[in-house]
Amino acid sequence: MPEETKAPTIERPSGEGHRSDGPRSGGDRPRFGGGGGGRSGPGGPPREGGRKFFRRKKVCKFCTEKIADINYKDYRLLGQFVAESGKIVPRRLTGVCSPHQHRLAAAIKQARNIALLPFAGRAS
Amino acid sequence: MNRTYELMFIVRPDMADEDLDKLISNLEATVTSAAGSIKSVDRMGKRRLAYTVRKFREGVYILLTIEGAGTVVRELERRLRVTEPVIKFLTVRIDLEQKRLDKIKKLRDAKKKVSAQPAAAAVAEEAPAPPVAETPATA
Repeated sequence: MPEETKAPTIERPSGEGHRSDGPRSGGDRPRFGGGGGGRSGPGGPPREGGRKFFRRKKVCKFCTEKIADINYKDYRLLGQFVAESGKIVPRRLTGVCSPHQHRLAAAIKQARNIALLPFAGRAS
Repeated sequence: MNRTYELMFIVRPDMADEDLDKLISNLEATVTSAAGSIKSVDRMGKRRLAYTVRKFREGVYILLTIEGAGTVVRELERRLRVTEPVIKFLTVRIDLEQKRLDKIKKLRDAKKKVSAQPAAAAVAEEAPAPPVAETPATA
């Protein structure tokens, strides 16, 4: 008998026994707001845990420092944009702007051809 | 016909200096005989290569800047391919790039000059202008 009285409270699968109906019916509003906020943007994450969105705005190093000449010969500058594995780092990680990324990639490929940078493996 | 090229090549590290000089003077002769001119020769010295090339881990880098037509480069490259001590070479055309860089430099120098002029003159000119423009708008 005591077991039967206990059982219904435990076994309720919907969990409505624990939560009230309030958030359920008003559940549309938070969802709406959440959807809108997420779409309009990572303008600094509207909620916490916004690591999916921007980390601080990265600027193009070549634009800020006004480096006009991206040459295959300065392997040290190019080496900053090359990963440990020798791969060219994508510009969403380095913050380089598109035209500079094209020139950078062309320079890195030239440097690889003349053995200033490796194709694969650590840059010596 | 005034194309400028940069030719970088790597020579095996165990080559003697005199042989290297001979090689470079041979190349220079080739260039001048093909109606070109050598602007500069830069011996960048021995460097560790990023990967093994023909079983060498080090090499002597040399950079030539040449002015001339494309045929000059073709002839040079043919020679370099045949020369045994040369293990790698790369030719890059630089006159267009140089033009672009000179243009940017000129723009930047011009900007600097303008900002160096006394800013007071510009401010004095601007001050009377806005109030004059505003009064007819309000009236």
